[in-house]
Amino acid sequence: MFEVFHSCGLFAADLTHQVHPSNDVPLVLKVLGLLVVGAPAVLFATLGIASLLRSKPLSERVIARCIQTGILTGLTAAIAMLGLMLLWNDTQIPIELGSWVHMENPAEHYHYHFIFKFEFDRLSVPFVILTFVLCGTIGAFANRYMHRERGFNRFFVLLSLFVVGMVTTSLAGTVETLFSGWELVGLSSALLVAFFHERPAPASNGLHVWIIYRVSDAALLMASVALHHMKGEGDFDGFLAGEWPMGRTLLEPNQAFFVGLLLLIAAMGKSAMIPFSGWLPRAMEGPTPSSAVFYGALSVHLGAFLLLRFSPILEQSLIVRILIVVVGLSTALFATFAGTVQTDIKSALSFASMSQVGLIFAEIGLGCYYLALVHILGHGCLRTLQFLRAPTLLYDYRTMEDAIGERLPKFSGMWQGKTSERVRTWYYRLALERGYMDAYLKESIVRPVLSALRKCDDFEHRWTRMLGGTVIEKKPSSEASSAFEELL
Amino acid sequence: MNELHLPWLEVSVLVALFGAVWVSCVRDQFTVSRYSLLFNSIVLATTVGAWIDYEFINPAGVIPSDAQDYWNPLTKLLGRPIFVIDPLSSPLLSLVALLYFLVSLTTLSTKVRRFSFAWTLFSEAIVLATFCCEDPWLIIGLLAAGTIQPYIELRMRGKNTGVYVKHMALFVLLLVIGQLFVDYEGRDKQVHTLWAIIPLLIAIFIRCGIAPFHCWVSDLFEHATFGTSLLVAMPLVGAYAAIRLVLPIAPDWVLRTIGVLSLMTAVYAAGIALVQTDARRFFCYLFLSHSSLVLVGLEAVNAISLTGALCVWMATSVSLGGFGLTLRALEARRGRLSLTNYQGLYDHTPALAVLFMITGLASVGFPGTFGFIGTEMLVDGTVEAFPYVGVAVVITSALNGIAVVHAYFQLFTGTRHRSMVSLEIGQRERFAVVSLTALIFIGGLVPQYHVSSRHRAADRILRARSAVASGTVSGEETAAPNHH
Repeated sequence: MFEVFHSCGLFAADLTHQVHPSNDVPLVLKVLGLLVVGAPAVLFATLGIASLLRSKPLSERVIARCIQTGILTGLTAAIAMLGLMLLWNDTQIPIELGSWVHMENPAEHYHYHFIFKFEFDRLSVPFVILTFVLCGTIGAFANRYMHRERGFNRFFVLLSLFVVGMVTTSLAGTVETLFSGWELVGLSSALLVAFFHERPAPASNGLHVWIIYRVSDAALLMASVALHHMKGEGDFDGFLAGEWPMGRTLLEPNQAFFVGLLLLIAAMGKSAMIPFSGWLPRAMEGPTPSSAVFYGALSVHLGAFLLLRFSPILEQSLIVRILIVVVGLSTALFATFAGTVQTDIKSALSFASMSQVGLIFAEIGLGCYYLALVHILGHGCLRTLQFLRAPTLLYDYRTMEDAIGERLPKFSGMWQGKTSERVRTWYYRLALERGYMDAYLKESIVRPVLSALRKCDDFEHRWTRMLGGTVIEKKPSSEASSAFEELL
Repeated sequence: MNELHLPWLEVSVLVALFGAVWVSCVRDQFTVSRYSLLFNSIVLATTVGAWIDYEFINPAGVIPSDAQDYWNPLTKLLGRPIFVIDPLSSPLLSLVALLYFLVSLTTLSTKVRRFSFAWTLFSEAIVLATFCCEDPWLIIGLLAAGTIQPYIELRMRGKNTGVYVKHMALFVLLLVIGQLFVDYEGRDKQVHTLWAIIPLLIAIFIRCGIAPFHCWVSDLFEHATFGTSLLVAMPLVGAYAAIRLVLPIAPDWVLRTIGVLSLMTAVYAAGIALVQTDARRFFCYLFLSHSSLVLVGLEAVNAISLTGALCVWMATSVSLGGFGLTLRALEARRGRLSLTNYQGLYDHTPALAVLFMITGLASVGFPGTFGFIGTEMLVDGTVEAFPYVGVAVVITSALNGIAVVHAYFQLFTGTRHRSMVSLEIGQRERFAVVSLTALIFIGGLVPQYHVSSRHRAADRILRARSAVASGTVSGEETAAPNHH
């Protein structure tokens, strides 16, 4: 596959290629670029505004048509863009949508700008095509899978928001644009995990996912602010010189270490690396199509994408690269270990995804960027297929069992007979509890923080009552939010 | 001083006052509600007129100056300008009028007997007059008058007024003491002593709800009507008082200290919002966290943070205003909302659920919404001023985001309970919150005009402070420009 890309010239570093300055992009490329970005945005706006203003949601048929049109338009434009880039041997096409905010005062020598810029290059184009292909497939699948489901409209509004987020993140040419897309992906993911509103578990798990994503968002925002602070702008050109992946960073080594560390934390949260891995199996509470596209294929790879995008910064800091490899390999080992004891197919697949993403992290840490990108593309497609096949696979198993008249044979495992029952039970429990990592995080961080905050709140109650000269009522200690309690 | 083309400011204040007197004479509460809405609409139209007129006489690129009413009868009567409009107050007046209009509009027929429209119009006149004033003593007088309406409402509802009265009495007293010292030392003096600054500072802390002076806000939210509490909190009158009374006279080190204290309050309130079990108190702490963030930006006194703070001010008022109206609409249907159990309201009111989420996330600066650019600038500017402490702004934003989504799940998910009547959003409420949502997205997707306008206001404030810079006690430079 690698050779194929090479022969196409898309990944060829040695061929002569051109990089367009942003104001010199041919009109046709600009139009295609706008279509790639604009189609999902229009799709989301259409579904969102209709939901907000109409008392009854759009019909399933109309929603399906909208999804089909929006995603096909974006996909066609992205493929056309790729074709023209190959044809004209262009490897980097920046498309600026102008300055979103521009503020300056020449007398005081300061300026602040916020550019809305997208970049089509060797990294973003394959990723955005993968996004469109998988979201289109999921859209078509979910159209039948979610038929007559009460939240049909809500599902597709959130799916379209997810596509907007993914496309914005993939094509971002500034760190602020990337951050915008990153947050949209997080929100749509958390809301889809809590899709089945009636049960408390999905809401609690949705909140769990959201909390981890907020930690990840905070790290990315800090990295963005740090880059602004260091280089005065969030445009990638300000701190990354040259094309991906051969570019270099304009940051000093200590700056690169600091920013790289923040980027690593952001990526770890988004890609469910340890110790943040607890959210991934919880995210399986959502509908199967969203689990497939979010946690099997796209969303879970976003952390790896972030590291790939900023790989020149990582190159500058050996410590960060070592950390990436360590985090990746540890997660891969942990996920393989925990995945062996999962009893439901979606959880098993989620751990399989986690182990693959861990390996992708390790590849990035080792500097194999093309390998990591190809790994993402292949893994995303395979895992989506597995997730979509999962519900019918169980049906097929049942059919096979009916046909042969007995249960399918179970594999006893290689450790049976080699280790004692006690040791096996111990390992089994360790794997089942996911290394007690979630429990440790909750006991060591979440519970003490919440407890301290509740004490402060109690104190405020007493203080207010005292100031008001009223009787101090004791607040019932059992009164606490059910979402947090379930989380704990 | 420039003149507007019509006496917009005086008309808006007088219409609100006249409306208050008029509706207080009407007995039927439904008629009162309709008249009140009419007066609110006229006030909204005049304040928008004032804003457009001001922008017309001070186009972009021109250094903006203050403007007073055409004819200015009050100036002629009192011999000095009373009501003036400047880059800071021009959009704020419309914002205040919009909030009052929307609160009146969304007061359901079941609640009109409990909500005092006459006093609300009176308080609207007071707040508008405050935002039109630049004279310190007049501002202090109006701030003191603004404390009356919530007090009367608490009394009428038979609630304990102890917490509110103690805080407000101290607030007014400290304002008077501080300003007396300012006058004693001479208003022309560039840097005043701590005797003048500290009382004013504490007064501002009380009005803005900076810890540990914030308990009156949660008490008010618990005991007054939600509408009144929203109107007391949302226009951020305390921040306006800080700009007019403290910013021009305080040295840099004092401002930085306030900035750090405000930042601590922002994080603390965001944390406390997470553990609230009552929706009103949750909203109150969310608001306190945001208002503290605005103060952080104001006190960092550099152009980026100040512009960011002014943007966040507008965004907070609009988005948290919408968020509050959504909560109020939910309360009108279900009574006081508890956050201890899943309420399962989504299927009853999907439109309110969506609006809750949009307005809540807009308040925490979610991308594409009104608050996004402001929050980014605020973070950037604060990091310039307080390099490491500025990170707390990011933490605050993260915590507030968690609190909003947590409240969403508590209120809208869970087992659906059957209801004998429809709980779906009403036409008036839909209009109100959809208007605010439209503002949130327009402000988020096309932010340039808003940012430029706030930048001009920030420039004015910094120029006023440049006099302080030259005579700073500690000798440090003020308003160091950001080199972006």
